[in-house]
Amino acid sequence: MLGSQLEMKKLINDPLDAPAEFLAGLALAHSDLLRVSLDPVYVVRADAPVPGKAGLLSGGGSGHEPMHAGFVGRGMLDAACPGAVFTSPTPDQIQAATRAANGGAGVLHIVKNYTGDILNFEMAAELCQAEGIDVRAVVINDDVAVEDSLYTAGRRGVGATVLAEKICGAAAERGYPLAEIETLCRKVNRRARSVGMALTPCTVPAAGKATFELAEDEIEMGIGIHGEPGRERLPLLPAAELIARMAGMVVADLPFRSGDQVIAMVNGMGGTPLMELYIVYRELHHILEGLGIRIARRLVGNYITSLEMAGCSLTLLQADDELLSLWDDPVLTAGLRWGL
Amino acid sequence: MGPLSMAGGKREVLHWLDLLQQVYAANRAWLTELDSAIGDADHGINMDRGFIAVQAELAAHPPADIRSALQAAAATLIRHVGGAAGPLYGTFFLRAAAACAGKPELEAGDVVALFQAGTQGVCERGKAAAGDKTMLDALLPALEAMRQALAEGTGSVEILDRAAAAAEAGMRATIPIQARKGRASYLGPRSIGHQDPGATSAFLMLRAAAEAWRA
Repeated sequence: MLGSQLEMKKLINDPLDAPAEFLAGLALAHSDLLRVSLDPVYVVRADAPVPGKAGLLSGGGSGHEPMHAGFVGRGMLDAACPGAVFTSPTPDQIQAATRAANGGAGVLHIVKNYTGDILNFEMAAELCQAEGIDVRAVVINDDVAVEDSLYTAGRRGVGATVLAEKICGAAAERGYPLAEIETLCRKVNRRARSVGMALTPCTVPAAGKATFELAEDEIEMGIGIHGEPGRERLPLLPAAELIARMAGMVVADLPFRSGDQVIAMVNGMGGTPLMELYIVYRELHHILEGLGIRIARRLVGNYITSLEMAGCSLTLLQADDELLSLWDDPVLTAGLRWGL
Repeated sequence: MGPLSMAGGKREVLHWLDLLQQVYAANRAWLTELDSAIGDADHGINMDRGFIAVQAELAAHPPADIRSALQAAAATLIRHVGGAAGPLYGTFFLRAAAACAGKPELEAGDVVALFQAGTQGVCERGKAAAGDKTMLDALLPALEAMRQALAEGTGSVEILDRAAAAAEAGMRATIPIQARKGRASYLGPRSIGHQDPGATSAFLMLRAAAEAWRA
């Protein structure tokens, strides 16, 4: 253990305590926005449950901050269930958080498509339904790097999760009933596509060493958000070439067409300077402009990360007036805030 | 040997759960390394955490019988492991517990029934099949070997030994397979050439069972 600790440089105490100590810090910093339960582990907005409002809950492994705990607050999530690093939360956590988020109008679970997340959320939903809470679940699967076929677990849920949480959070705040928020969430997922790439791997604190090895002049294309290797290894190319390739994969998949307006997210994987993310945004802007696709709204920054991994992901959401209007609604969370 | 000397009971089951804690602690780094090649580098960590919690639970609340021991293991794994392994191993022990209901002793046939129920649970929860490069690639051949050994009239120890050998072969046979389920499937052909961590932890579970019944 000591040897492996020496292999990594992290601002932590005991690696196993990292997720809980992160949450304790989050609670101390943002007591106006949220409350944290440590046994079982979940985060709820400070005024939860909001009577009569449909609740919105998401969860997944830790290590993707600010997602999900950093998106708990007015206009976004009512509750988040962080698991161990890169490990889905457990059914008892999700059940407790669902109760805490339920203001009597039911709770939507926003689940990213990973086998572990699906199994744990399924078990939790059964437990909640058995005690009379109206629970719906929408599975996000926007990653174009994974072939959606009988031969895979299906596409992973990545960047579209952030957009779905923002948009559905706004709808819940406006008083949309649970069933309509579920429909809206499916719509966001259906119209969004993402792809990610890594310049470096990352190190899970409890594992103590990098999740994969990459030479100085190599990158991984088509990565997810768990430090797993991607679909293919490529030589490091100029940003213009890499982003053209990534944008091409995303645009071709939906496909996005000339005349579309989109909400775009240029997301850092945790270890990428903002300077590089804006260079990426510039490339994306020009590529889309050339295709007749207008970026109507955008996020540039670290929203769904893989610890200290360097790299980025691109997410495009084909927007309409409803989605843009909900996007513009106020949001007040640790990780995303405007209009308030 | 009379039928009673071939039967195992609560002692074997508790010894098995105890061994599992030691086995996953000893193989934590190996399982995590296998998982980092084709998954997300947490399998050993999660299994170790889960069985430490099982030991603590059984020490705090000594189970009355075989069924409650397995049930406590299931509930604890579901709460503490996370990932896909938590619900899958949790379901394994939950179904295994149900198969042992009302049985103070486990005859050879009961041992096979325990593993059959558990394996069936994993099939249903994970919706995977043989050859998908998952823990089932160790569990299914093990179950087949158990059934054959039982049909030949062998006792629990021999049954579990043959199951462990079949699980080990199944585990090794995952190396050339392309994953079709779980996180490894995202790698497509790049998952070929790596041993599946889930099949590996399932083999370790069977080998520990053989050891527990032999002791």
